[in-house]
Amino acid sequence: MNGFSLRRTAAIARKEFRHLRRDRLTAGMIAGIPIVLTVLFGFAINTDVRGLKAAVVDQANTSASRALVSDARASQVIGSLVSANSPWEIERLIRRGEVSLGIYIPADFDARVAQNRRPFAQLLIDDSDPQILRTARGLENLPLQPFDQMRDGGTFAIRALFNPERRSAVFIVPGLTGVILSLTMVLFTATAIVRERERGNLELLITTPVSPLELMVGKIVPYVLIGYVQISLILLLGAWLFDLPVRGSLVDFYIASGFYIVSVLTMGLWISTAATNQFQAMQMTFVFFLPQLLLSGFMFPFDGMPRAAQWLAEVFPLTHFLRIVRGIVLKQAELTMLMADIWPLALFFAVMMTLATRRFRKSLD
Amino acid sequence: MDKDTASDPAIQTQALTRRFGTLTAVDGLTLQVPAGSIYGFLGPNGSGKSTTIRMLCGLLTPSGGDATVLGIDVRRDPEAVKRNIGYMTQKFSLYTDLTVLENLKFMAEIYGMEKSAAQERIAVLLQRFALESMTAQLAGTLSGGQRQRLALASATLHKPALLFLDEPTSAVDPESRREFWEFLFEMVDDGTTMLVSTHFMDEAERCHALAILDEGRLVADGTPEQLMSELPAAVVEIQSAAAGTRAVREALLAAADIFDVAQLGSRLHALVDPARSQPIAYVESLLQPTGIEAELSVVAPNLEDVFVMATLHKKTEQAA
Ligand SMILES: Nc1ncnc2c1ncn2[C@@H]1O[C@H](COP(=O)(O)OP(=O)(O)O)[C@@H](O)[C@H]1O
Ligand SMILES: [Mg+2]
Repeated sequence: MNGFSLRRTAAIARKEFRHLRRDRLTAGMIAGIPIVLTVLFGFAINTDVRGLKAAVVDQANTSASRALVSDARASQVIGSLVSANSPWEIERLIRRGEVSLGIYIPADFDARVAQNRRPFAQLLIDDSDPQILRTARGLENLPLQPFDQMRDGGTFAIRALFNPERRSAVFIVPGLTGVILSLTMVLFTATAIVRERERGNLELLITTPVSPLELMVGKIVPYVLIGYVQISLILLLGAWLFDLPVRGSLVDFYIASGFYIVSVLTMGLWISTAATNQFQAMQMTFVFFLPQLLLSGFMFPFDGMPRAAQWLAEVFPLTHFLRIVRGIVLKQAELTMLMADIWPLALFFAVMMTLATRRFRKSLD
Repeated sequence: MDKDTASDPAIQTQALTRRFGTLTAVDGLTLQVPAGSIYGFLGPNGSGKSTTIRMLCGLLTPSGGDATVLGIDVRRDPEAVKRNIGYMTQKFSLYTDLTVLENLKFMAEIYGMEKSAAQERIAVLLQRFALESMTAQLAGTLSGGQRQRLALASATLHKPALLFLDEPTSAVDPESRREFWEFLFEMVDDGTTMLVSTHFMDEAERCHALAILDEGRLVADGTPEQLMSELPAAVVEIQSAAAGTRAVREALLAAADIFDVAQLGSRLHALVDPARSQPIAYVESLLQPTGIEAELSVVAPNLEDVFVMATLHKKTEQAA
């Protein structure tokens, strides 16, 4: 055979750039998807639960019980209070959705505290919303700890290490780089070869001396650059709109991102060799995208998932990239500390590239 | 032009067959294409012209039989075939969103041409195919004739010894067709072999030799002159105002010794079994019952007659 020719590969890459430059829709998607998703996720998806409405039944009505209510209020979780007459009324209010929380302080509250007979009081929670449940759980122990223990740190106190203000944008935006790329990158390359087939260009292309590997590499080169453009755009938007810090090294981040970009691009290439038309390629892209979105740790905490789901998720590039991006951007981790998540990306790339190249036949059979 | 019998044929096939599921698109094709000539594939749509060309280009694997292209076995080394041929696909297959020049440069790079050699070659081709004034125009905005000249320029960039042209003129006006054939004759003078598929009789007649395909089978081959002079039928030309009417056709087709009837504008050619010694009298007797006034004469067969005769089964289908 005639080996691997850089000239031919460059010719393919240049041609792809030209297609991109003249394809307004795709060019628009390059900037449009990151901007829209970053703004949407950053602003609209708010997992900070604050200012909940609560109902209070204070049957003790002592100075201690009133102090407890005002402590709960000071946590900012509770925004406004209404008073109710009985626990049953609280339940009714929660059921009707008028309040999310209820505090019930029994008449013997002072005696319970004095004898350290727990629980001192009752917290009623609208746990039809898991976010409220999680937040309210935080209230459970807070004002009810004996004060001396709080001070010497004997009982554990929660201290946020990386996102002390608990702003969700700071969690979401770095991960969003991975999510957006796993959608756009795959979509761009998944249609790349199918489109040539649909438009009839492929019959000519496979009659030339170009080799499958040259074609595959040439096809992804322009999109590697576009991947970097998208990542940079999301980080800039994050910094500008949400004060997202980048605590680790940007160079490390860009190096690690390169592994992720090529792994999702080759995933798209593989789809492109398997699909028979552009619509099918898009369907396959979403079939690949949705489980990643759900299982990678972007939507739900990775540690909370069942074992089988975790194993499956380890196959996905996004799972590894989320650890990398959160590690570097939020936790100031260094590249060498993230090797455990970099080599799976490299492996994924190598396997997908091999599969795509071998699957692609220079024939119409 | 005299055929150079000393040199090896450019293409040689032996019982070449291609099936798609239960359909046999090309059925036991055996033929030889002499080097340095224009060879025609004449056949209706679906007769297997494109499928044969694709097998010869190394794009489709034959289901049976063998083919040698420029001395290379297409089964064994399709990539070597691809490096040595040029292929102009039936459907325009260059990039419509690239300019004329970008398309040509891309193809030159893909064929591994040196930059300066490519520039020179492109300049020559742009001039030869009158594309100089539209180098910056997107290929998608070219007219049919311009596109076809661009496709031909692209297929000949790397100076292949053998060129496959699949219905190159089906989307262009008659003026461009004539011009296009002039390009082909120039190239054959430079020693290029060409295989051209077509469904135009006048184009087939310009070929040095041709094969008539029908339903995947080779039904006739030879030089146009051979095919016409050796036609196993007498041709009676019927000139009449009513020649095109159904009644006339039916009267003739129903007769046992009429192979088929070919329509040529206001004339009709009846292909009469050569066993009839008096073909004119025979046709006259057939037309008598219809009461039609017609002028009859025996004429030399043309390629249309050859084609109709070769694809004869049509008559039995119509009659059934
Ligand atoms: N890829 C394919 N799959 C199935 N059938 C095909 C394919 N390509 C061609 N055919 C069939 O083979 C026959 C010959 O087609 P083709 O070679 O394109 O004819 P032509 O070029 O003479 O019009 C047709 O009946 C066509 O439908
Ligand atoms: Mg065809």
